[in-house]
Amino acid sequence: MTIHPIIKLVAQRIALGLLLLLAVSVLIFAATQILPGDVAQSILGQAATPETLANLREELGLNKPAVTRYFDWLFGLLQGDLGTALSNGQDIATSMGKRLGNTLFLAACAAAVAVPLAILLGLIAVRYRNRWPDKAISTVTLATISVPEFLVGYIVVYFLSVQFRLLPSLATVNDDMSLGERLFAISLPVLVLVLAVLGHMMRMTRAAILNVLESAYVETAELKGLSPFRVIARHALPNAIAPVVNVVMLNMAYLVVGVVVVEVVFVYPGMGQYLVDHVAKRDVPVVQACGLVFAAIYIGLNIAADVISILANPRLRHPK
Amino acid sequence: MKRIPLAAMIGLLFTGLYFFCAIFAAWIAPYGMGEVVGDSWAEWSWAHPLGTDSIGRDLLSRMIWGGQTTIFIAAAATIVSFTLGSVLGFIAAVSGGWIDQLLSRFVDLMMSIPSLISALVVLSVMPVTLPVLILVMGLLDATRVFRLARAVAVDITVMDYVEAARLRGEKLGWIIFREILPNALSPLVAEMGLRFIFAVLFISTLSFLGLGIQPPLADWGGIVKENKEGIVYGIPAALIPAFAIATLAISVNLVADWVLNRTSSLKGGRSG
Repeated sequence: MTIHPIIKLVAQRIALGLLLLLAVSVLIFAATQILPGDVAQSILGQAATPETLANLREELGLNKPAVTRYFDWLFGLLQGDLGTALSNGQDIATSMGKRLGNTLFLAACAAAVAVPLAILLGLIAVRYRNRWPDKAISTVTLATISVPEFLVGYIVVYFLSVQFRLLPSLATVNDDMSLGERLFAISLPVLVLVLAVLGHMMRMTRAAILNVLESAYVETAELKGLSPFRVIARHALPNAIAPVVNVVMLNMAYLVVGVVVVEVVFVYPGMGQYLVDHVAKRDVPVVQACGLVFAAIYIGLNIAADVISILANPRLRHPK
Repeated sequence: MKRIPLAAMIGLLFTGLYFFCAIFAAWIAPYGMGEVVGDSWAEWSWAHPLGTDSIGRDLLSRMIWGGQTTIFIAAAATIVSFTLGSVLGFIAAVSGGWIDQLLSRFVDLMMSIPSLISALVVLSVMPVTLPVLILVMGLLDATRVFRLARAVAVDITVMDYVEAARLRGEKLGWIIFREILPNALSPLVAEMGLRFIFAVLFISTLSFLGLGIQPPLADWGGIVKENKEGIVYGIPAALIPAFAIATLAISVNLVADWVLNRTSSLKGGRSG
C-alpha cells in the first residue's frame, strides 16, 4: 500500500514538532534546575536559615538527582498533573485552566480582527503601490511597530478611556458576564494586540503578493484586460496563500507572547498575568508549567503554518 | 564621500543626541536620580520641563538617568549577542559537518521558545542584577545573530579567496577574522541597529513587568511602571518614555538603513 506523500509529509512535520516539544521541556527544566545557585536558596533569599533551606529542598525534591526529577515532572505532565504551586499550595492545572481559556479568548478576538484587516490593507497597499494609500498605510504601521505593546496600551488608555471616556481601562471579566459585556470589557486589549501584529502582518502580506505579481501569468491576466482588483483576487492571491498563511501563523505566535504584557497592563485574569506574578514570587513549578504551555502553543502554531503551506501547494497535493 | 541623505542625517542627529545624553547624564540632568524636588505629578513648568513623577522627582532628570541605564544595558547586551552569535555563526559555516549541525539545531531549539518566555523562566531562578540581565538578553538574542551570520558566511566560505586561504593552511581564527568578517560586516552592522532597538524594547518590557532593572535605578520601562497609576487621572507622565523609545527606535533604523545602502553599494550591492 502506498501512502499519499502529503500524509507522510504532514505526519513527519507533526512528529518533528512533538520531538521539538520534548526537547523544549528538557530545556525549560534544565534552565530552572542546573543554573548556578540553588532554587531553594533563591526562593528564600535573605530570609534563609539552614533549617528552612533543608525543608524547602525536601519539599521540592531537590535531594533527588536532576534526571529523576525531570522524569517525575514529565510523567506528571503527561497525565495532566502540573504539580502544585509553592506560594499557595494550589493545584496548578486547576488555577491555570480558566486563565488559559481567558487568554485564548483574548488572542482569538485579536486574531479575528487583525487577520482580515491585515490582508485587506495588504491588498489595498498592493493595488495602490507606491502611491499615497500605500505610503500612508506603511508609515502608520511602522509607527505602531516602533513602540512596545505596553506603551501602546497606556497611550490608548490615556486617549480612549481617560480623555474621551469611551472604553473601560481595566479588562475585568467574570463568569456572570454575557458575551457582549465580555467583548466590551476586552475591547482595549484587543485593540492593542491588533496594533502590535497588524504592521508586520500587513507588510509581509504586501511583500508576498508583490512577489507573485511579478510572475508571467499575472502579466497575461493583465494583458487580457482583467480589472486590477480581479487580477489580484483571482490570480495573485491563491498563489500567495502559502506565504500569507505563514505570515499569519508567525504573527499569531507573536500574539501569544504579546498577550503576556497586555494582560499585565489591563489587569486581565489570564495566563500572562499568572506567569508574571509567579516569576516575581519565584514560584518555580508554576513558571515551568506556564513556560511549557506558552512554548507548546507557539510550536503548535508554527507546525500549523507548515502543514497549511504543504496543503496549499498543488504540486504536493497532486503528485505525478 | 557622498552627501549624507536627509533621513540618515535626522537619524544620526537623534541617535547622537540620545547617546550624548546617556553618556553625560551626570552633567546634563538638572537634578539627581532619586532627588525628591516637589509635589507628586506637578504640572510642566520652567523648573521642571516635564513635570514631576509619582513621588515628586523631576521627570526630565529621571528620563535622562533612565536613558543612561536603558541604553547602557541594551548596548552591552547587543555587544554580547554580536560577539557570541557572529563568532559561533562563522565557526558553524566554516567548519560545517557535525559542529554546524549541533550549533544550528541548538539554536533552532532556543528559538522555538519565545524570548520573553525564556527570559521569564530564567529570571525566576536567577537574581535580577545588571550582569544577569545583560547576559540573559545577550544569549537569547545571540540566536538571531547566529542565524544571520551563518547564512552570510555560508555564501562567503565558497569564495575562491577563502579556498586559497584554506589551501595556504591558515587556521580557523585567520579565516574567520581576516577573510570572512570583513566581507560580512555590512549586513551585520545593519542588523546590529535592529538588535539594539530590540534590546531597548526588551529591557523596557522586562522593567515594566517589574523583572528588569530594579529601583532605585531609573530606566524607561520602570518610569512607565512607577507612573502608570497617574494615567487614570489624566496625567501623561507614563507616556513620555513612549515618545523617547519610539524616536530612538526610528532614528536608529534610519541610520542602519543608510549604513546598509552605503556599504552594500560600495561592493556592487553583493552583500545586500
